[in-house]
Parts: sequence; C-alpha cells; structure tokens
Amino acid sequence: MGMLDKKYHDSNIIIVSLEKALNWARKNSLWYEQFGLACCAIEMMATAASRYDFDRFGILPRSSPRQADVMIVAGTVTLKMASRIERLYEQMSEPRYVISMGSCSNCGGPYWEHGYHVLKGVDKVIPVDVYVPGCPPRPEALLEGFLKLQEKITGETIIGEKDKDLEAVKAEIIDSNKDED
Amino acid sequence: MKTPEEIFEHLTSQFGEDELSFESRDIGQPWIAVQASKIREVSKFLRDEPDLLFNTLMCLSGVHYPKEEELGVAYHLNSTRHNHSIALKVRVPENEPNVPSVESIWKTANWHEREAWDMTGVVFDDHPNHKRILLPEDWEGHPLRKDYVQQEFYQGIPTGE
Ligand code: SF4
Repeated sequence: MGMLDKKYHDSNIIIVSLEKALNWARKNSLWYEQFGLACCAIEMMATAASRYDFDRFGILPRSSPRQADVMIVAGTVTLKMASRIERLYEQMSEPRYVISMGSCSNCGGPYWEHGYHVLKGVDKVIPVDVYVPGCPPRPEALLEGFLKLQEKITGETIIGEKDKDLEAVKAEIIDSNKDED
Repeated sequence: MKTPEEIFEHLTSQFGEDELSFESRDIGQPWIAVQASKIREVSKFLRDEPDLLFNTLMCLSGVHYPKEEELGVAYHLNSTRHNHSIALKVRVPENEPNVPSVESIWKTANWHEREAWDMTGVVFDDHPNHKRILLPEDWEGHPLRKDYVQQEFYQGIPTGE
C-alpha cells in the first residue's frame, strides 16, 4: 500500500489523508447500474461473468440508480431512451461517473448517418467520463475503461476543481488560438 | 396444395375479376392485387374456405411508392394444412391511405398493422389499438416514407450530429 504514509503495526492504526482514503474506497467499489441497451450489453455481461470477472475489481451490479456509482451506457441510445438515460443519471447520487461503451453510445455508431431514431452520442444528454471504443468493445477494453476511471478517481480532490485536467486542456486550446490571432 | 394460379381462379369464382388481378414478374413470387375495400372479405374467404385454409398471416408490410404517390400493404399468407402460400397486395393513394384492418381475421395483424402505420403511415380502419408501436407517440412523420424528413429535435434533444 504505497499510499499509506505510516503504518503502526502494533495498534493497527494507519495515517493517511482523508482525500486519499476516500478516493481509495471509491475507486475500489465501483458499483454500476445494471442495465444494457443493445449488443454491447452482451459483452458487458461477459465481462461480469466468470472468465473476466469484474468482481475482482470491486465492480458489482446494482439494480437501483440510488445505489450505483457508475453508469455503463452499453449500447445504442435511441431518442426514446435518451430521456430515460437522463432521468437515471439524475437519480444517481454523487459522486457519479459514466462510462460510454461502444461506438453507438460514443457517437451513434453504425447509425450515425441514417439512423433517424438514434442519439448521436450519449454525451449530448449526460457528461461522460470514459469512452470505450469498439463495436462491440471486447471485455478487456471495458476493463481498461474501468482502470482509466480508477485513475481518474485517484486524482480527485475534495476542495480542488473537479475537472482540473479538463480546464487545463481548455486553457491550452484557448492560448493556442490566441497565438494564431 | 394449390399453385398461386389455382388460388386466384378459386378466388375469382367467388368474387369475380373486377376487384382482383393476378400479377407476376420475371423474378420473385406472383401476387394477387386486391382492391382495398375488398381485402377483409377476401381474407376471410381465404382463411375459411376448406380448399384454401390460409390459417397463418406470415407477414404484413407497409410500402411507399413515391412515383405513383401511393402506399401499399403486402400480405404473405400460408396454409399449414395444405402447405401452400400466396401474397396479396393492396394499393391506396397517399392522401387517403385507409385500408380495412384484418386484425379480426388473423390476430398476427394487430402488431404488424401498427408497425405499418408507424413506419409508412397506412391507416387501418377498425383496428382495435391503432397507435404507433416502435416510435414514441409524439414522433413526427413516418420514417420509411421515401420523402421522410427527420425532425431536428425530439423533446429538445438534437436528432442529428
Ligand atoms: S457499438 Fe456495435 S456492438 Fe455496441 S451496441 Fe452499437 S452496434 Fe451493438
């Protein structure tokens, strides 16, 4: 446990900053909302089943959005479903995270041009933390998505700005635009 | 077991040739074109006549013919008793797309007719539950029409990129 500053073997006391302890707890118990939307959901189920076994990372399905920390948008988000997704997201308690799994929920996938009924990217209705590409992504890819999310959670602070990295990137872009002017 | 030609002859002996015609092309299955107003009687006859016994409606589809400004419905029937099959087709003008429902004859038609209404806009008279089946109720237009223009927003959500 590299995060621990000190270990007191005799009395079982560990000293660690609150932030780190919280992040550590959060990233190792990512409970996800149990729902799937299309073919990607099959792959998500495979990831949860014995061969790939999500469980060993503390990733368990929950049937209620109130108990879930992360939403895996696994599959095609139709316009009919989009408002439901939004509602489910609103029902989750913070901190909440979203993994967009597969091309469909990233950008509309095979339906991006002629699919009149498909939302062209779930990020049009809810904020997304990690995008997992593929049609469908293999279980390894989804697992990597979760590892990326864990990385992201590790860097979170209680008092700092939430999307520090994002802000930095934005600032960079603005700066480079200025140079061009 | 009867060939499509024999089935057609059987039908004309009952209904005459005014409202029915036999059509075939070089490729594909032949079909019987039926006047929309007659479709229910013809269907009932096809189902109940001992020599025909079309007890299964395999498929019912809506079609749009943009050049003729017409809508169509295709019925694919099969008899599990006699092991023969036939296709019926009905055409109606776009501005008055009413076809009598065959739901009372084959229950299968219930959802199929709702789908045809949803996708192409054919109106089925006397259907017990005539509403969209796949798209939400407040959707605009019928997507499988060739002249369909997608709405830009659905409930404030952009439908395009
Ligand atoms: S991205 Fe591919 S596999 Fe996943 S839901 Fe869409 S079509 Fe299915």
